[in-house]
Amino acid sequence: MSHPQAEAPVLAVAGLAYAYPDGHQALFGVDLVLDRGERVALLGPNGAGKTTLVLHLNGILQPGAGSVHIGGLAVNPRDKGALTEIRRRVGIVFQDPDDQLFMPSVRQDVAFGPANLGLKGAALDRRVESALEQVGMAEFIDRPPHHLSFGQRRRVAVATVLAMEPEVLVLDEPSSNLDPASRRELADILRSLEVTVLMVTHDLPYALELCERSVILHDGVVVADGGTAQLLADAPLLAAHRLELPYGFAPPIDSLPR
Amino acid sequence: MGAGHGHRLHYHAHSAIHRAPAQLKIAALVVFMLVVVATPITWWWAFLGYAGLLALVVIWSRVPLGYLAKRMVIEVPFVIFAVLMPVVAQGPRVDWFGMSLSQAGLHSAASLLTKGTLGVLASLTLAATTEAVDLLSGLSRLRVPALLVAIMSFMVRYLDVVSAEAARMLVAMRSRGVDPRSVRQWPVVARALAVLFIRAYERGERVHLAMLSRGYDGRLVR
Repeated sequence: MSHPQAEAPVLAVAGLAYAYPDGHQALFGVDLVLDRGERVALLGPNGAGKTTLVLHLNGILQPGAGSVHIGGLAVNPRDKGALTEIRRRVGIVFQDPDDQLFMPSVRQDVAFGPANLGLKGAALDRRVESALEQVGMAEFIDRPPHHLSFGQRRRVAVATVLAMEPEVLVLDEPSSNLDPASRRELADILRSLEVTVLMVTHDLPYALELCERSVILHDGVVVADGGTAQLLADAPLLAAHRLELPYGFAPPIDSLPR
Repeated sequence: MGAGHGHRLHYHAHSAIHRAPAQLKIAALVVFMLVVVATPITWWWAFLGYAGLLALVVIWSRVPLGYLAKRMVIEVPFVIFAVLMPVVAQGPRVDWFGMSLSQAGLHSAASLLTKGTLGVLASLTLAATTEAVDLLSGLSRLRVPALLVAIMSFMVRYLDVVSAEAARMLVAMRSRGVDPRSVRQWPVVARALAVLFIRAYERGERVHLAMLSRGYDGRLVR
């Protein structure tokens, strides 16, 4: 980027450490910077601290040490005014769509976020419709969420966050429990969005398909940060951090550095 | 695994009763019930009138009688209570087929049965002709506090999710040789219910996190 004044990164985490109230420490100094428009996969085995990190990005959890900045704005759970803006900028799609979709109809659910931001009337309706169009669910606008299939519910969950026009879209295990067709449809949707994406997953082929860059989190620290194809080709690195490629899967060799 | 379709009460049809605004139907039900409860049981002709009115509405709504009758099983505990009342109540007694029954008890039993049946049937008719979503918007148009409507809407939303979870737990129990109907297995069933409660509670916390993440600050915006 050749701006005279460097633009603040969309997301900047520095030295983030966190221990749960029961004493269990989940993060030990995490550093992570995302530039505008990037799609980055956050890889790591179960219990690596991925979800704990995600809950810091919009101020649900308060850092024990270190800082989180979103587009230059510091995340501070005590600053209620800034927090609303942070939660608009960072959209989190949780793993279980049944946790995310809690209203009696798809329309009300997608409207929930923007309505909390103060949108009303026709502007709100437009926002809801365009978010649902982006995920190809516009025709389901008046259906109750629990009558949709799992893949459809996951797409509506993405729309509930898109309706807030976030700067970073954070997805927690977006491909889990999806059948192959729904998985591909969601990938097409994510590729079509012009938004910075942080995708938490241990679905390595999905990370390779969607994200040029990956970050591996293990035991609360970032242990690798680089091109997804390079990381996936590094078998000792994957093995050291409890990551495994599916049987028969090999990362395309021509994507490796020569 | 598909989501359950929760049409346990609603009967799909296109009658004038189905199309009537939900707030009107709710208000009509409340007024009807207040009048029924306030009428002394000795005015039996008034109850004939109420029953006739209700029957007209049911016929007009085109909900089959059998559909409503099956769902009236919910009244059974009250029926049992009503049947016991003449036996256990105090006061002057009458003899009937060798049983000594309390007059006051008979009186209250008749009152409970008549009014209860009218109430259950009227409520079932409302539920059969109105979608849950419309009921909720009807309640908020009737100026029921937003927080109460929100609690009810969460109940409607998660009833299916939690009952599907319970059904999966029952299948898993049966698959491991537990018959949930057998009295001997009640301790197992009770523990499963406790787990279901914890899961529902944890889900509540996750839903709250998802709400906070979308800018919820304790006030529901309509």
